[in-house]
Amino acid sequence: MQLALFIIFGALAVAGALNLLLQRHPINSALSLVVVMMSLAVLYWSLGAEFLAAAQVIVYSGAIMVFFVFVIMLLNAGEEERTKGSRAAYIVGFPGAAAIFCLLSFVFLSERHAFRSSNVGGYLNNITSNISEISSVLFTKLLLPFEVTSVLILVAILGAVVLARKEQ
Amino acid sequence: MSAQVPVAAYLILAAVLFSIGVAAFLIKRNLITIFMSIELMLNAVNLTFVAFAHMWHQVSGQIFVFFVMVVAAAEAAVGLAIIIAIFRTRETLNVDSIDLMKS
Amino acid sequence: MSHLTDFQTFLLLSILKVVVVLVITLMAVAYTVLLERKVLGRIQNRWGPSRVGPFGLLQPLADGIKLFLKEDLMPIASERPLFLIAPIIALSCALISIAVVPFGGMQRVTVNGVGVEMFNVADLNIGLLVILGITSIGVYGIALSGWSSNNKFALLGSLRATSQMISYELALGLSLVGVVLRAQSLSLRDIVNSQSAHGLLSWNFFGGFQFVAFFIYIMAAYAETNRAPFDLPEAESELVAGYHTEYSSMKFAMFFMAEYANMITVSCVATLLFFGGASSPFGHLIPDFGGPVVHAILPILWFVVKVLGFLLLFIWVRGTLPRFRYDQLMSFGWKFLLPMAMANIIITSLIIALRA
Repeated sequence: MQLALFIIFGALAVAGALNLLLQRHPINSALSLVVVMMSLAVLYWSLGAEFLAAAQVIVYSGAIMVFFVFVIMLLNAGEEERTKGSRAAYIVGFPGAAAIFCLLSFVFLSERHAFRSSNVGGYLNNITSNISEISSVLFTKLLLPFEVTSVLILVAILGAVVLARKEQ
Repeated sequence: MSAQVPVAAYLILAAVLFSIGVAAFLIKRNLITIFMSIELMLNAVNLTFVAFAHMWHQVSGQIFVFFVMVVAAAEAAVGLAIIIAIFRTRETLNVDSIDLMKS
Repeated sequence: MSHLTDFQTFLLLSILKVVVVLVITLMAVAYTVLLERKVLGRIQNRWGPSRVGPFGLLQPLADGIKLFLKEDLMPIASERPLFLIAPIIALSCALISIAVVPFGGMQRVTVNGVGVEMFNVADLNIGLLVILGITSIGVYGIALSGWSSNNKFALLGSLRATSQMISYELALGLSLVGVVLRAQSLSLRDIVNSQSAHGLLSWNFFGGFQFVAFFIYIMAAYAETNRAPFDLPEAESELVAGYHTEYSSMKFAMFFMAEYANMITVSCVATLLFFGGASSPFGHLIPDFGGPVVHAILPILWFVVKVLGFLLLFIWVRGTLPRFRYDQLMSFGWKFLLPMAMANIIITSLIIALRA
């Protein structure tokens, strides 16, 4: 079950990410990013983080990406055109990304004896939940960071309103 | 039923997603798409956090992801507001055309 | 049957449950449409559909055949793949969320050594969050339909719908926190169980003092399903037909069914969270009677009656209230519903903390 979920949704996530890279229209890229986020939510669930899976769907796919789609619709952003800068980016971009991938996977594979394997059974089948555990840590040990993030969000809202408002 | 997936597989998946995000960030010319590839990279990092949290049976990794989500939401709000402001003055979203302080 | 493994048995039973629930939901959608036309007709002092079959009972069938046989128009300038996928997203998101709704009592049956819940497709420990998440995905269907049809009325409708649904989702989510605090769980089954002790008096609406939350929820839900008086996305006097202006035939029917399926989901959630789900309003006042069959059927009956009541409320509101203006809608959501929902959370959590 864990293996099946990993293969199906991992493949879906990679396909969505590649589609983001290859599509020329921003709205297609945005929708493929939604696919990536939804499949990551399923992977989180299979890793026993069901609260995060729900938060991923609600916050990322349901709010942030809707906001992106909304802005693309509002600005009526068309297809991107090829410019001189894009050719230079092709020359630098792909080897750079490949180098980062090689580095990361080399580190992960050389350290793989330190990692264990994950099994899903206990999390998906019982009705146990780690939401209470998360919330007790969040509201006791990490209360200050939690409140600081709420201030951060408030500042972000104010900044967004000020930036997006029409100048008089 | 009890087929297990090594945590390294999740990390490799995250690495793939992160590299695609880097590539998209470097190659894409549209401001909104570049912004979306940053979100993709954040998501890839979140996946490693969740995988490690599962491996050590601790919730700290998941709480990290929670905070990353909060920051990503704030970042998206401000970033898209900046993009709207840029579009209003420049009428373009191509990053190659947005290279001057004065227009 | 013994050559099936546990997993296969589980899979077969789950598929069976999914199919049964899907068929029942689609039938319910069809007959909700008929109910609405009938009741609206009576409110407006006319008969409503009465020609097809006895009392017009076959009208949904006739509507379905009509919509199926109509010409499927595709605007030339539309964004073709997105135009096709938008109604599918809308309808599937509307139908998926039914899966976590427990629509009957707790009845486990054991088939071939595998126990399954009979009246619930999936009993999840985060059922409530799943419903909220799937509702928020449904926005894409509407947003994309307006954008991809390349029509200014459709685009305006979908922009309105998107901003309205995102704004009211906040009030909707916050109004549910009080109920979650009382039940101490996000599982819909646990929330229902926490209200089943003393019948009517332990329902969250009456005994739990969540009636403020209930009214916030029901208003936000009307906005979330784009129903009157918040039906600005499809305001026919301003925007032709809003986001589905360019849709015809089956694709239009999918949007139509999605709207009614959303209505049913929202009514189910209101029933589960505020009116005790499938529990009887009399609690233990009435002595147990009947065999196991009656015990299984009776909760479903209560559930259906409550959901039907909410659907009638939807129709009644549509028949009586005029449409809001757009700025009124936004200021109502942000300046009234949201602060009220927050105040409700604070008061509820204070009371729970003082009692503990």
